Amino acid sequence: MTYSYFPGCTLKTKGKDLDIWGRASAEALGFTLEELPDWQCCGAVYPMAKDEIATRLSSVRALMAAGEKGQDLVTLCSACHHVIKRVNNDLRTDETIRDKVARYLKLETPYAGETNVRHYLEVLRDKIGFDVLKEKVVNPLTGRKIGAYYGCMLLRPASEMGFDDPENPTILEDFIRAIGAEPVIYARRNECCGGYCTIKDKGFATKQVDAIMENARNCGAEELITACPLCLYNLKENATDGLPVAYFTELLAEALGVKEAAK
Amino acid sequence: MQRVGVFVCWCGSNIAATVDVEKVAEVLAKEPGVVFSTNYQYMCSQAGQEMIQESIAKYNLTGVVICSCSPRMHENTFRKTCEKAGLNPYMVEIANIREQCSWIHKDKETATEKAVILGRAAIAKVHLNAPLTSGTSPVKKRALVIGGGIAGIQTALDIADAGFDVDIVEKEPTIGGKMTQIDKTFPTLDCAACILTPKMVDAAQNEKIHIYSYSEVSSVKGFVGNFKVTIKKKARYVDETKCTGCGLCTEKCPQKKVPNAFNLGLDNRRAIYIPFAQAVPKVATIDADYCTMLKSGKCGVCSKVCTAGAIDYTQKDAFIEQEYGAIVVATGFNPIKLDQYDEFAYSQSPDVVTSLEFERLMNAAGPTGGTLLRPSDGQHPHTIVFVQCVGSRCDDSKGKPYCSKICCMYTAKHAMLCREKYPDTDVYVFYIDVRTPGKNFDEFYRRAVEEYGVHYVKGMVGKVVPENGKLKVQASDLIGNQQLHIDADMVVLAAAIEPDKSARPLATMLTASMDTNDFFTEAHPKLRPVESPTAGIFLSGACQGPKDIPETVAQASAAAAKVIGLLNKDHLVCNPCTAQPDELMCNGCSSCEKVCPYGAITYVDKEFRGPNRTTLLRRVAQVNPAVCQGCGACTVACPSGAMDLKGFSNKQIMAEVDAICR
Repeated sequence: MTYSYFPGCTLKTKGKDLDIWGRASAEALGFTLEELPDWQCCGAVYPMAKDEIATRLSSVRALMAAGEKGQDLVTLCSACHHVIKRVNNDLRTDETIRDKVARYLKLETPYAGETNVRHYLEVLRDKIGFDVLKEKVVNPLTGRKIGAYYGCMLLRPASEMGFDDPENPTILEDFIRAIGAEPVIYARRNECCGGYCTIKDKGFATKQVDAIMENARNCGAEELITACPLCLYNLKENATDGLPVAYFTELLAEALGVKEAAK
Repeated sequence: MQRVGVFVCWCGSNIAATVDVEKVAEVLAKEPGVVFSTNYQYMCSQAGQEMIQESIAKYNLTGVVICSCSPRMHENTFRKTCEKAGLNPYMVEIANIREQCSWIHKDKETATEKAVILGRAAIAKVHLNAPLTSGTSPVKKRALVIGGGIAGIQTALDIADAGFDVDIVEKEPTIGGKMTQIDKTFPTLDCAACILTPKMVDAAQNEKIHIYSYSEVSSVKGFVGNFKVTIKKKARYVDETKCTGCGLCTEKCPQKKVPNAFNLGLDNRRAIYIPFAQAVPKVATIDADYCTMLKSGKCGVCSKVCTAGAIDYTQKDAFIEQEYGAIVVATGFNPIKLDQYDEFAYSQSPDVVTSLEFERLMNAAGPTGGTLLRPSDGQHPHTIVFVQCVGSRCDDSKGKPYCSKICCMYTAKHAMLCREKYPDTDVYVFYIDVRTPGKNFDEFYRRAVEEYGVHYVKGMVGKVVPENGKLKVQASDLIGNQQLHIDADMVVLAAAIEPDKSARPLATMLTASMDTNDFFTEAHPKLRPVESPTAGIFLSGACQGPKDIPETVAQASAAAAKVIGLLNKDHLVCNPCTAQPDELMCNGCSSCEKVCPYGAITYVDKEFRGPNRTTLLRRVAQVNPAVCQGCGACTVACPSGAMDLKGFSNKQIMAEVDAICR
C-alpha cells in the first residue's frame, strides 16, 4: 500500500527523527510513504477565522495532490495533521469556504474534501492493525514502562479530528503494548505542554511540563513518547527534571529492528 | 345545502386587537349557505354559548362555524354547546384565528384577510360534514404498572386502594427501585429505607396487587380498556413458592467474586443472591452469568443447602398473558455512564465515584457499613470535592441538554452529611448554578453553606489527576476569578440522569411517544401531565422527566387517579372520527395496515357480488373503530383512495384547500 506523505517543515529540520524512523518502519510494515513532490507549509496554525482563506490554500493543494493520485494523505507531525484534517473538514462541510477556495485556486470542479487524511498512528491502528504490528516486532521492548504523551493537536476538537476519545485516549497505549512495552496511564497525558507560549513565557511552559513529568513519574513511567515536535521540544527543553522523551517512531523502528539501518 | 351560522370571537383583545372581527363576521355572512353571522367578546362564556344555542333554534342552523382559538382549547366546549341545542356535535367546525392568526401577525389588515380565509375554509368543510355518533367499547378492570420503583409502588397502591386489581412488572429480582439504594432523603434527612420498605411490604401484602418480579413486558396488543399483554417471567432458577428467603444459599455459594450490582460494584456478592435484606419478594435469584452449576454443571451447593428444596436449575423463562384496561409506565431513570468524562479520572481512580456510589458508601447497609472510607485504601477521606452537572446542561453531543434536577439537592445533602458525621473533613462543591426550588429546598441548601460550612464554589472542575494517593483537582473559581488547586481524597461526580434503557423498546410496544432524550411525552405539558398521548397509557415518575421523590410520588398518585377514573367506567366512548375504508375501492394491498401505528387495521376476505350473478372473494381492509385514533396515516398511504377519515374526509380537506385558494 502506498500513501501520499506530507512531512511538513519540522520533520525536515528539527524533527528529522520522527520522519526517518517513521519511513523506515513503514517499509518494514509493508507500506510506503510517497512524499508529495511540491508540498508547501501546512499553514502552521489552523485559522479560526471563517473568512481566512489564503492560509487554508496550501493544505488544500496537498490534499488535492494526494487525491489526484487516488491516495490517502498520511501525516506524522501532529500539528500538520491537525491543520490539514480540519481544513479538509471545512471543505467537506462549509460551502462558502469551498467556493472561495475554488475561486482562489481557479478550480474547474471545487475540491470538496474527498481525500482521506490519516495520521501515521491511525494507519497503524486502522490499516495495519496493532495485532499485525505485534507479530512483526523483532525486538520487543519488554519491561520498559512508557507513558504516552498525547498533547492537544491530535485529539481536539474531537468532532473534527475523530482520532480518539479526547479525555481517555488509548491509541498510543495500544501502540506501546504492540511493541512489547508496558503503557503507563497518567491523567496529564492529554494536558497542554505549553505550546507556543514557550516563545513568550518559558516559565509557563516549564510549569506545564513539570506537572506532566511529575504525574507521569509518580504513576511509574520511565520514559515518554509523543507524536508532536512542539510537545517534544517543550518536554525536553523546558522540564526542570524530565524523563527521557522520544518520538513514537523511534521506538517503533527499534522494535521492528530497523533503527540502526535507517540512520 | 347546510344552514350555517358563523360566530366570530374577540377573545378579549387576543383576537380583536389584531383582527377586525366585525369585518370578518360581515364578509363571512356573504358566504354560500351562511344564514347568520355575528361576533362577540367571549364566545366561550356562558352568554356566548347561550347566544349560539339561541341562534341554532332561531335560524334552524344545521352547521356551526366558530372563529376562535385552537380547537385543542375549546372544540369540546362548543361541541357540547351545540349538542345541548339539538345539533350533532360533529356539525361544529373551528376556524383557529388566534394561535394561527392574531397571535402570530402584527398587521391588522393582513390578519383580518387571513381570518376571513380561515373562516371560509371552515364553512366549506362544514357543508360536507355529516352527523357522527360515537360507539363504545368495554373496559377490562385491571391495571398494569411497568416498573416497581417508588413511582410504580405508589401508583399500584392507590389503584388497589380504589378496589381494582393491579399487576406490577419489575425487571429486577426485587421491587423498590433506586430509592432502595439511597441513604437519606432531602430535605428532611429521613432514612429512605424507613419510608420505602413499609410501602414495599404493603404492596406485597395487598390482595389486589400482584408482583411479577424479575419479569419484563414482552408484547402489548390491543387498545385502551382492552390491552393484551405478555409478561416474560425470567428464569431465576429458584421456585418462588418454595423459597423462604432464609439466605443460607447466599452464604454457602462458592462463587464469591460477583460484582454486587446493588452496591454498584463497590463490593462482591455470590452467584445466588438476595439483593438486600428487605427485598420484596424475599426470594433468592441465581445469576446465570456467574453460576458454575449453570455454566458447567459442576457445583450444586445451593441446592444441597436449601432445606426448602427451592433450587431448580432447569427452570425456563415463563410467559404469562393477561388483559388490562390501563397501563402505567414507571420505568424510572439511571445515572449516565461516565466513559466520556475522563477529565474527572473516573476510570483511573476508585476514589472518584458517582453520587449514587457515594450514597452506598454512606449507607449503613452499604459495603462499608455506613463509615465513609475511600474505596482505594479504606482510609477516612479528609478533603472531598463534589462536582455538579457532570453530563447535565451540556451543549455538546456527549452529555444531556437538560438539567437533571435532583443533583443540586442530593449534593447539598451529601455535603451536609459529610460535615455532620465527620467535622474534620473539608467539603467543596463546584457548581454552574445552584438550583433548589421546592418546598424547604433552598433553606436546606443554605443550611449546608451557612451552618455546615460547605465550600460552595461557582465554577467547574477542569481536571482531576490521581497522583500519590491524592486526587489533584484543578478548577476555576469564577467569583474569585482564580484557578484553584485542591488536593482531594475523594471526588464525587453528580452524573446526569437518563431514562432507563428499557423505556425505548417499551415505548415502541405501547406506541407511546418519546422526546429526543427518551423521556415519555405527556399528552399536554401543563394540562395532561400524567397521560401519554396514546389512550390508556399513563406516566408515573422519572420516565417522564427528571424528578425527586416527592414529585415522583405526587405524579404516581395522579397517574393512579387517572387510571381509577378510567377503570371505573364500564364502557368507553370512542372517538367517532375514525378511518373507514370504501370496500369497493380497496385492493387489499396492506399499505394502510403497515402504516397504522395503533394496529387498528386488519384484513378480511369478503364476498362481493360480481357481474352475471357471480360472487367474488376479495381481501379488504377493516378498521377497528375502538382502536383507531383517527391519525389519518392510512388515508394518505392508501394508493387507491379507498381509505377515508370520518370528519376529515379527503373531500372535506380538498374543499378547505379550495376555499383557501379561491
